[in-house]
Amino acid sequence: MMHEHGILRHAAQRLLGVLPTMLLLITVVFFLVRVAPGGPFDSEKALPPEIQANLEAKYHLDEPLIQQYFRYLGQILVLDFGPSFQYKDWTVNELIAEGFPVSLTVGGLAMVLAFLVGTMIGITAAMKQNTPVDYSTMGFAMLGISIPNFVVAPLLILVFAVYAGWLPAGGWDWSVQRMVLPVITLALPMIAYVARLTRGSMIEVLHSNFIRTARAKGLPEKTVIRRHALKPAMLPVISFMGPATAGLITGSVVIERIYAIPGLGSYFVTGALNRDYTLVMGVVIFYGLLIILLNFIVDLLYAWLNPKIRYDEEY
Amino acid sequence: MELGDIRGRSPWEDAWHRLLKNRAAVFSAFIMAAMILVVIIGPWLISWEADFTDWDNTSTGPSLSTGHWFGTDAVGRDILVRTLEGGRISLLVGFVATLVSLVIGVTYGSIAGFYGGITDRVMMRIVDIIYALPFMFFVILLMVVFGRNIILIFVAIGAVNWLDMARIVRGQTLSLKNTEFVEAAQACGVGRLDIIRRHIVPNLLGVVMVYVTLTIPQVILVESFLSFLGLGVQEPMSSWGALVNDGAQDMESAPWTLIFPAVFLTVTLYCFNYIGDGLRDALDPKDR
Amino acid sequence: MACGGDDGQLTPPRDNRPRPVDELLVDGRPDPSTLAAEQVLRRANGEEPQTLDPHLAEGVPSSHILRDLFEGLTTEAPDGTVIPGTAQRWNISRDGKTYTFYLRRDARWSNGDPVMAEDFVLGLQRSADPATASNYAQVLLPIENAEAVLGGMLPPDQLGIEALDEFTLQIRLRDPTPYFLGLLSHSSTYPVHRPSLAEHGARFSRPGNLVSNGAYELREWVVRSHILVERNPHYHSADQVLLDRVYYYPYEDQSTALKQYRAGELHWTYEVPNNQFKWLQRHHPEELVVSPWLGSYFFGFNLTREPFIESPDLRQALVMAIDRELLTEKVSQFGEQPSFTLVPPGIGEYQSPQPEWADWTQQERNDEARRLYAAAGYSQERPLRVEIRYNTSENHKKMALAIASLWKQVLGVHATLVNEEWKVFLQNREQKFLTQVFRAGWISDYGDPYSFLELFRTGHGQNDYGYSNPVYDELLTMIASERIPARRRRLMEEAERMLLETWPIIPVYTYVTKRLVDRHVRGWENNVMDHHYSRYMYLLKSRPAGS
Repeated sequence: MMHEHGILRHAAQRLLGVLPTMLLLITVVFFLVRVAPGGPFDSEKALPPEIQANLEAKYHLDEPLIQQYFRYLGQILVLDFGPSFQYKDWTVNELIAEGFPVSLTVGGLAMVLAFLVGTMIGITAAMKQNTPVDYSTMGFAMLGISIPNFVVAPLLILVFAVYAGWLPAGGWDWSVQRMVLPVITLALPMIAYVARLTRGSMIEVLHSNFIRTARAKGLPEKTVIRRHALKPAMLPVISFMGPATAGLITGSVVIERIYAIPGLGSYFVTGALNRDYTLVMGVVIFYGLLIILLNFIVDLLYAWLNPKIRYDEEY
Repeated sequence: MELGDIRGRSPWEDAWHRLLKNRAAVFSAFIMAAMILVVIIGPWLISWEADFTDWDNTSTGPSLSTGHWFGTDAVGRDILVRTLEGGRISLLVGFVATLVSLVIGVTYGSIAGFYGGITDRVMMRIVDIIYALPFMFFVILLMVVFGRNIILIFVAIGAVNWLDMARIVRGQTLSLKNTEFVEAAQACGVGRLDIIRRHIVPNLLGVVMVYVTLTIPQVILVESFLSFLGLGVQEPMSSWGALVNDGAQDMESAPWTLIFPAVFLTVTLYCFNYIGDGLRDALDPKDR
Repeated sequence: MACGGDDGQLTPPRDNRPRPVDELLVDGRPDPSTLAAEQVLRRANGEEPQTLDPHLAEGVPSSHILRDLFEGLTTEAPDGTVIPGTAQRWNISRDGKTYTFYLRRDARWSNGDPVMAEDFVLGLQRSADPATASNYAQVLLPIENAEAVLGGMLPPDQLGIEALDEFTLQIRLRDPTPYFLGLLSHSSTYPVHRPSLAEHGARFSRPGNLVSNGAYELREWVVRSHILVERNPHYHSADQVLLDRVYYYPYEDQSTALKQYRAGELHWTYEVPNNQFKWLQRHHPEELVVSPWLGSYFFGFNLTREPFIESPDLRQALVMAIDRELLTEKVSQFGEQPSFTLVPPGIGEYQSPQPEWADWTQQERNDEARRLYAAAGYSQERPLRVEIRYNTSENHKKMALAIASLWKQVLGVHATLVNEEWKVFLQNREQKFLTQVFRAGWISDYGDPYSFLELFRTGHGQNDYGYSNPVYDELLTMIASERIPARRRRLMEEAERMLLETWPIIPVYTYVTKRLVDRHVRGWENNVMDHHYSRYMYLLKSRPAGS
């Protein structure tokens, strides 16, 4: 009872804490994007001053910065991220609404794949610590953080799409075939991190007293791992997955660019490079919210996995 | 180092023995040492300048007769010497950026952890906010605002990477704070910053070493990602990331421009990761 | 993966994609028996178009799509020549300033409504209206009062355009503008369907809302995934249109488009990646299409600051010391033509005045360059130190590297490269404070040398060189008001010669367009504008396997 009360109180506190965090985040982002030289309407064909003025007036860029800031805050309150400067026919809300499901699908699948493969490799390696099995499985897992994904992606396309002709070379239409290569590419680095964390914590757990006790009772090793070791060994993995998931489901620029996938990730880069202020602020704030939300979920999961946790220290 | 003075079979000796038993880590350490040596000395031994354009041999494959053992790129520059010089930059970025993040992270984390209370709360809230900023957005803005200054790449990457370090150090500090030797020091009236400097930081060494060896490869990858976006180091300087990115564009028409730098990069990243994992197994105070 | 080839390149598997049957034309039209059953074209199209609102659109990707969706008063033939569009014919007044257009009676919007003169009036007024905030409205400047309307001094209805009756339209110009008919095929002059604009406002260019008067209508638009257009059954020449549907795919990475093309998922790429000319020529010789483009690639000097202020000798040395044949052959690689002038060839009868040294050997040029370099006071001991600034791009990087290397090898110049992100680069170039040598270049929207020459007018928005020559400005003014073509050409030649003799730029080469086109796609022709209307294209059927 006491414990559940603690979780609820903690949850309420956390949610209250979100507001000032978001406000600060919005403020920082708003002024950061304005620091970059150049503006959204600069282009190779320089605009006559009157047209430049027309454009700025249309998007309120002629107002003092502080006034623009409060105008923006007012918009955010009603969850309106405004029109995109770059993609003029669309609002930022629409762009996020179109891109997010794509990123969520690719990122979510990659996360699941990484979790499954990564934990399997990690457990195997932990059980055979410092043997060739350990080195080779971990060696395989580390592939993803030893070769940049902008090399892996075109290589996979070349082999599986261009040479073998088994899968499409890119593009997006919600079909499973088109998801296979991007999901694998996106999962590869994550597999490495998950495997490493699992291996480390599994080794630790396997050396702990309660596992020794369980073994002493004569339980088979598989049962020991499944019943006793798995849950505590997953703790660090879970806390890692929170922010990592946010990164994955807001997409990866590399994956989106090379596989021509219309997700959210590219907007972080193109938005910043095009000085599409509203778009880049929109996706950054969206990402911030997602991170906070996921960390919150991770906390709850953590508490569920490990009832001993004390909230006054962790926060 | 104070801890080294402890007689008998110290935890450090234990760790050392455990590390030596990890053959992958030991092997990696040798390769890494050789790699660093080659990268530093190599360019002096090669007759090609890194920015020399050999117009008679543009985009030619590896060959002994042209004198370009690893081939040339699209404007006739020698891939071997560029790979070695690129290695200098990549490793430098890796080490310096990690150092930056280390200094910020350890200072920040240990202060937050040791002072606790409202200081801790405020400091960790700040970390939370920075965490909620997409890393790439931040680095791109820095690059755009300040241009492609190599020092800035170090600082930019380091400045974003310290968050994890701060969290780890804070956690460790929290648990160290209540140990007997810290309490003893406090009782003797030693100042708080002195305690952090003399007692907390040295005890964080294990965790920090593991973190450092695992951060270096991460930073090298980040730099290569910046190169992918066209925001990497300024020509004619190069880095493994930039070379690999160039090579990846022509992986069929000029595979040598990809393969050689990619092998150097991958071997390095593997080595650091194996060393880091080995260190973690051997050192992490929580383990065993 | 097959690995081999004498030079270490990877060799892809044997090309066993289907080949088309032979083309068979009957009265200039393809014989129906040779056509593929499914007439669906898949075109790669550069970046995601910023908008499909014709009056807001800028950039090449959106203009390709808009040319399929809309039709201006004039349009273009497959070879790029201007032909009647929605206007069936026209009269031009003797002073060259008043155009009267007679519209086709059978022109229809995609919902069946007739296209009327008023629709064009509204389109042009909307384009010029400051409230629309068009990025591209400056192409309207030749029209009477356009400048005042754009600046908000006059209301849009004061623009020099008037509907004389339902199907007759009059446009009055400020100056006789020989290229004006060409401008009328540009998207900023397209008509607008008044009821749908009134109903949907800023969202009128969305699928479902957009009513267009071209050969195709907008069916689907998934941002950064694809745009699908379908045959407009109400188009006045709908019976001539063979492709039923056209997909436009945006790409941020051209190597992806290339791989999709090779996997048979695209018919038409937007361009091809750098460095791969030889490889493409070996593996896709029949599909690689390279053709001159209406654009010049050059570098500029900042004439307002040291070391280039008041130093024509130095500039001349730097211009001459570049081996353009080497640059085009080894660096740009795609058959670009070395250039010694500003205006690219291929614009009507205009001939750029070739400087004398264009006929020299590179050795002679280098010798002269060394002499001038020394005369300007530089030497091995006291070399010129200079920055070459370019925006992030693989091709610009290679060019800048090559030029720096040639300068070093020929003159001993110490050049450093400064790679800047696009918007920063534009700003620095415009401010003329940091720049010394910088990447420039120009691709014209319409076939007139004036569009290149006017860039160097004192105070012009794109005059990032700081070039200022009252005599040159005077010549430009004369060109603008001259209506006799031969005399106008002579004036332009004189202006270009005057410009080149003062060495404000380093001409390098003339642009080419380069792409892969599937062998089944026919009906298109190379043209210097690189305008390719889908309504002329069709797909041949494949040969039966084994034949």
